[in-house]
Amino acid sequence: MSTSKKYRSPALIIGGILVGTIVVMALLSIFWTPFSVNDTTGGRLDPLSAHHWLGTDKLGRDLLSRMMIGARIAITVGFISVLIGAILGVTFGVLAGFAQNWLDESFSAMFDILIAFPTLLLAMLVVAARGASLTSAIVAIGFGMSAIVSRLTRLLVKRILAKDFITSSRASGTSWLRIIVLHVLPNIWPTLIVTFALQFGFAGLTEASLSYLGLGSPPPNASWGSLLQEAQGTVMTSPVGAFAPGLLLVALVIGMNLVADGLRDVGDPTLRRSR
Amino acid sequence: MKILEVQNLTVQAGTAKLLTNVTFSLESGARLGLIGESGSGKSMTALAIMGLLPPELKASGSLLLGNGIEPPMQIIGTPERALDGIRGRVASIVFQEPLTALDPLMKIGRQLAEPLRRWQGLKGISLQAAVIAALAEVRIRNPERISGSYPYEISGGERQRAAIAMALACEPSLLIADEPTTALDVTVQAEILTLLDTVVSNRRMSLLFISHDLAVVSRITDHVLVLKDGYVVESGSLNNILRAPEHPYTRDLVASARELDSAFDLAQRKE
Repeated sequence: MSTSKKYRSPALIIGGILVGTIVVMALLSIFWTPFSVNDTTGGRLDPLSAHHWLGTDKLGRDLLSRMMIGARIAITVGFISVLIGAILGVTFGVLAGFAQNWLDESFSAMFDILIAFPTLLLAMLVVAARGASLTSAIVAIGFGMSAIVSRLTRLLVKRILAKDFITSSRASGTSWLRIIVLHVLPNIWPTLIVTFALQFGFAGLTEASLSYLGLGSPPPNASWGSLLQEAQGTVMTSPVGAFAPGLLLVALVIGMNLVADGLRDVGDPTLRRSR
Repeated sequence: MKILEVQNLTVQAGTAKLLTNVTFSLESGARLGLIGESGSGKSMTALAIMGLLPPELKASGSLLLGNGIEPPMQIIGTPERALDGIRGRVASIVFQEPLTALDPLMKIGRQLAEPLRRWQGLKGISLQAAVIAALAEVRIRNPERISGSYPYEISGGERQRAAIAMALACEPSLLIADEPTTALDVTVQAEILTLLDTVVSNRRMSLLFISHDLAVVSRITDHVLVLKDGYVVESGSLNNILRAPEHPYTRDLVASARELDSAFDLAQRKE
């Protein structure tokens, strides 16, 4: 039987390696970085060396250490904002999926308005209200994401509810709550998890944009966005400072996209058989 | 004792009437065939009996369902929560397409365990045993394997047997079979019909058998109700209807069944 043999998705493996590297950097940074983040004892704009693997920035801070802290920020933002987006999004999405007529339409209108609102603009509003901080960025990204997740969840729930097996389950006296837990959530989960993976990558990207604009975690915090912004002036003389955070961002987004692809292949038992 | 009494059942979508004044009743242990072409309101009737009509459809009239233990329940206008108590227990339904009637992401055994657990309060090993027994009752060969399979991993006939096992799990007094053989090929059709026939007799259940096919219906019941465009156009014993169909639609039905028969005869004579 095909279930005994685990299908290995190459996308999942490559994506897992990319994202895994960043996660390892992030975890390691909690306990150890080569230098302290704000240690300015290095030379200004030192090139790559055995001492400073990625060189130093214009204030003499070790770039590798700052990349690692940046990874921690990116992963934290991704994780918490997806958590916020998932909890709010799935809750409202399921409610909207069950709602009928005007209630359903009100829900949809609410989601559409939130989606039409650019996350960056939303973030600026939150920053204006609460001040620039990592928390503001996470809250803004999470809220923006919840609208996307809600709309998707609503659609998925409506599609599942129209299936015969839901009617069949109701015909044997299963309560709505039990149907949600037993049939609806497991059936929409594979699609949702793919979206969460995608959104995780975008959350990291959005946080970098916010930090680049000075709306994310304030300096001397080392978000990849702020690193890019700081290295902007010296990109000609010392390109590593700009390339390293840029490449890491690309790795995160591509990695999460590949993970999402791989999860979709693995999550669907009917796809699994056809391989 | 009447298990089902339908009086002047009318189902409307906005102003359009999908069913008009449908009236019939079913005695405990009796069988009734519901015949009609697609769109005639057969499945609508089945859903209405279970109280499962989509919310945009409005039902009126009277629909009394009861298994003789408790007083019959009026289905129309009763809130969802109250209906959960009788669905499955009093009446249960088998759908046309077993692939869509089973959750694609859940193994057969788990799906079947759900109603068994709820209605019979079974757990652990005894629940597992009940699942296997339920699959064995619908003559599934190798019930252990089927129990551990996803719906897409088994054949259409096995799926329909599993769906029947699920409908039987709550030990209903009335089984509604909504075109249960239409999606199957002819040899499997015959097996499923025999199975339904045996199970319904063994359990002394009532059966409402819905089909567009007079020949299929005639193999499992001897009383029929003919629906056309939401109206009951004819009802009575199969014999009478075959001998003297009154409504033009019924006449067509009988005539087309005859044509097939005579084609058979001709073919046999040639051999």
